[in-house]
Amino acid sequence: MIRNKTYNRKKICVFGSFAIILGVALIGRLIYIMLFQHDYYLNKAIQLQQRERQIKAARGEIVDRNGVVLATNEAVCTISVIHNQITDEEKVIAILCQELGLSEEYVRKRVQKVTSIEKIKSNVPKEIGKRILAYQLDGVKVDEDYRRVYPYNELASKVLGFTGSDNQGIIGLESKYESVLKGQDGTILTFTDARGREVSDLQETRVEPIRGDTLQLTLDYNIQSFCTQMAEKAYLQKEADSVSILVMNPQNGEMLAMVNYPEFNPNDPFTLIEKYSEYIGTEKENEVLNEMWRNPCVSDTYEPGSTFKIITTAAALEENVVSLTDRFYCPGYIVVGDRKIRCHKTAGHGSENFEEGIENSCNPVFIDVGLRLGATRYYHYFEKFGLLDKTKIDLPGEAGTIMHQESKIGPVELATISFGQSFQITPVQLATTVSSLINGGNRVTPHFAKAICDSSTGAVQELEYDSLSGICSEETSETLRYLLEQVVSDGSGSKAKVEGFEIGGKTATSQTLPRSQNKYISSFLGFAPASDPKVLVLVIINNPKGIYYGGTVAAPIAQEIFENILPYLDK
Amino acid sequence: MRDSKRGVERRPMEKQGEEKRREKTSSYFDYNLLFLIIFLVCFGLVMLYSSSSYIAANSALFNYDGAYYLKKQLRNIAIGAVGMIALIFIDYRFWRKLSVLAYLGSFALCIAVFFIGSDSHGSTRWIDLGPISFQPSEIAKIGIILFLAMTLEKVAKNLKSGWNLIKVLLLVAPVIAAVAVSNLSTAVILAGIAVCMLFVASPKYWHFFFVGGAGVLFVALFIAFAGYRMGRIEAWLNPEAAGDGAYQTLQGLYAIGSGGLFGKGLGESLQKLGNVPESQNDMIFTIICEELGLFGAVSVILLFLLLIWRMMIIANNAKDLYGSLIVVGVMSHVAIQVILNIAVVTNSIPNTGVILPFISYGGTSFIFLLCEMGLVLSVSRGIKLEAIK
Repeated sequence: MIRNKTYNRKKICVFGSFAIILGVALIGRLIYIMLFQHDYYLNKAIQLQQRERQIKAARGEIVDRNGVVLATNEAVCTISVIHNQITDEEKVIAILCQELGLSEEYVRKRVQKVTSIEKIKSNVPKEIGKRILAYQLDGVKVDEDYRRVYPYNELASKVLGFTGSDNQGIIGLESKYESVLKGQDGTILTFTDARGREVSDLQETRVEPIRGDTLQLTLDYNIQSFCTQMAEKAYLQKEADSVSILVMNPQNGEMLAMVNYPEFNPNDPFTLIEKYSEYIGTEKENEVLNEMWRNPCVSDTYEPGSTFKIITTAAALEENVVSLTDRFYCPGYIVVGDRKIRCHKTAGHGSENFEEGIENSCNPVFIDVGLRLGATRYYHYFEKFGLLDKTKIDLPGEAGTIMHQESKIGPVELATISFGQSFQITPVQLATTVSSLINGGNRVTPHFAKAICDSSTGAVQELEYDSLSGICSEETSETLRYLLEQVVSDGSGSKAKVEGFEIGGKTATSQTLPRSQNKYISSFLGFAPASDPKVLVLVIINNPKGIYYGGTVAAPIAQEIFENILPYLDK
Repeated sequence: MRDSKRGVERRPMEKQGEEKRREKTSSYFDYNLLFLIIFLVCFGLVMLYSSSSYIAANSALFNYDGAYYLKKQLRNIAIGAVGMIALIFIDYRFWRKLSVLAYLGSFALCIAVFFIGSDSHGSTRWIDLGPISFQPSEIAKIGIILFLAMTLEKVAKNLKSGWNLIKVLLLVAPVIAAVAVSNLSTAVILAGIAVCMLFVASPKYWHFFFVGGAGVLFVALFIAFAGYRMGRIEAWLNPEAAGDGAYQTLQGLYAIGSGGLFGKGLGESLQKLGNVPESQNDMIFTIICEELGLFGAVSVILLFLLLIWRMMIIANNAKDLYGSLIVVGVMSHVAIQVILNIAVVTNSIPNTGVILPFISYGGTSFIFLLCEMGLVLSVSRGIKLEAIK
């Protein structure tokens, strides 16, 4: 037996100490990682372990001025699969096919796709989602979602707009008030294992979604639906290309109705309506869809024609270049420069005073008045009345005015401008400008949004809009109202007369460009009561077949509207 | 050398009667070490269950049984405990006669792996005999310890010469080389055990600077020439940029780092939910760090240091050089594995698969580790009380 020598013992101690020193060094390394790099590694680990799942916020509702819901939400489900969590593939495929009514081929392809998460179907009704959830299939996710629903389908579609797949507003008010309506998505933070499976017994952090705010409109559901019926009637009877009806409060710019017939269904905005059915499946489909969604009252300009004589009259009255008793003679035409411009009555109106001239809608009278004003003054009023600017209506895509440059306005241009031709404005611009002239000279901002109702506090915020007073004198405004009442009571707008109400108004028949096509736009702009206007109606019939005179085609529509809404508004 | 060999063989024969009488009078047994072992084994079971239950309970591979690893580990511990208890009561000097057999046997098994081994994790390391499968390289550890203790005791007087050191090293080189083919880390551990035992047996120091230098050079060359290990170097130096190669290292660091001072609490690890690969095995220390924090991790290291300390005491007071060298061998085995394992998981050295003794899941390794502990305790029984310093 050999005993341990002293050097053996010494070396055992050296070896042991060496091991202990290394152990202590590793403790140092651990202190560095676990204390000094703790936050860094913890963050990295959480990024890896935590999954964020969105909880969709419900979009704010859109209601009319009386609280009728025009746009709301339906709770739906989105069904998706997580490939590596599926345990019984065949069962999943069979059940999803059966419940969702999808082809086996379609479902199989998605279930077998190796990806983190694959959407099978969205906008699935809630009951079906609940049924699928009840099967407790591994790897099948049912997420709550919302789908935008428009209960009245086509009603005011081009005003309301619609939402896209992610519930974002695409056009119309939905787009304009996106930030109000959108709400704030909530989140669920859950911990998952390496395969992405949620660890159910670990607490999840939940941030509740905030519902979007409710948008209250100035629009009146009853007026809007009645006007839609009227527009449909005119559209069908006159085989028109389209019919627009715009109803507003001339005192404050509140829009009560805006119809652009034919409307589309915002619940199914990507399906072309009957009018455009020939384009279904063609490469022009997208282009036509955009045309279908377009709001012509706001986005399209046209030559207003005789309704614009209201503006010429206002400017002339302001400048005192004409009095109601001034006498004119209409031989059926007037010569301006080297041009002979015809009156719509080729035989001529003969001798008439200014009041009779406006009742007859006599072109030579207004050309004369326009020439009396001269290009500079006319342009000045054009600008002062707000016609050069946009109306700032709260709808996207408002078109600007197409007008001659001031320096380019010669006598011929001035003459045509005086009776509403050779330049273009939007219907909403015409309605707004006339509203401002007849309400005592306050340039109003047309608008649809009346108030925003906060979804969490319930607080109602009334919206305010700019108005500019004094664009014309009260006196001019009064005279104008009187003259326009005469047009309806004794003149070309007589078909808009309503028993028991004093209506003011002006007809127009404008030929569209190119003139060779012989296409017309018949329109009528009316307001009531004439002495203190509460409501203004603009009816525009685009390309009616047969008789196309505004006084004959558009005025009766306005008459019917007045007849129904005036008693309603008085209530 | 011949002379001394004969002398060594004769002397114990002469004194055997005297020794037996003395043994009866000495009643020393290192209970400290025994309780350290029991505590580590129990703690290891708790951590093994914590780190493996989620994976096992969610995988068809383990029959959705959360206690799959725990049960197997308990079985291995039971076998190991029987071996350990038996070895405590067998006089360790008995093994001297079987040392050569143990050495040749483990060598034969290591060679046999090449022919009848089965694959796991891309390397052939196992021998599968139906109900029993085992890793010969783990058996080689105990074989080398016993063989070197015997050999070094015989040649103790001639170890001043560096040439003799090399001769002894060459004796064990075939086993190390055979293991290195499929399992570099175990080969490094075997070489480490051999060098540590030689270091203690030799009266000289300076030889070992060469041995250490040669070892470092060998490892460096091996790394440089083995292609897949080059990726590990890159993963070590810059784990965040190395991509898949550093996945395990990085996940381990996330687990360790997210532990903080007191950890998330026992069972609360999130990284064990499949993020840290081999969380019940090589990477179990990362889960200890995440759940028990710096506090728990340092406690575990201190337990191991205490274990080494106890073995150091036993080695120093062993009745003879043979017993002392056995303890040194076991001590170096435990120390090297603990240090390498913790160094790997903290990314202090390049990644290599070394398990944490007593705590990681292991079959052959656990059984033979407990047997080695039995040897150490057996050596402790031979200590005379008055000899303890």
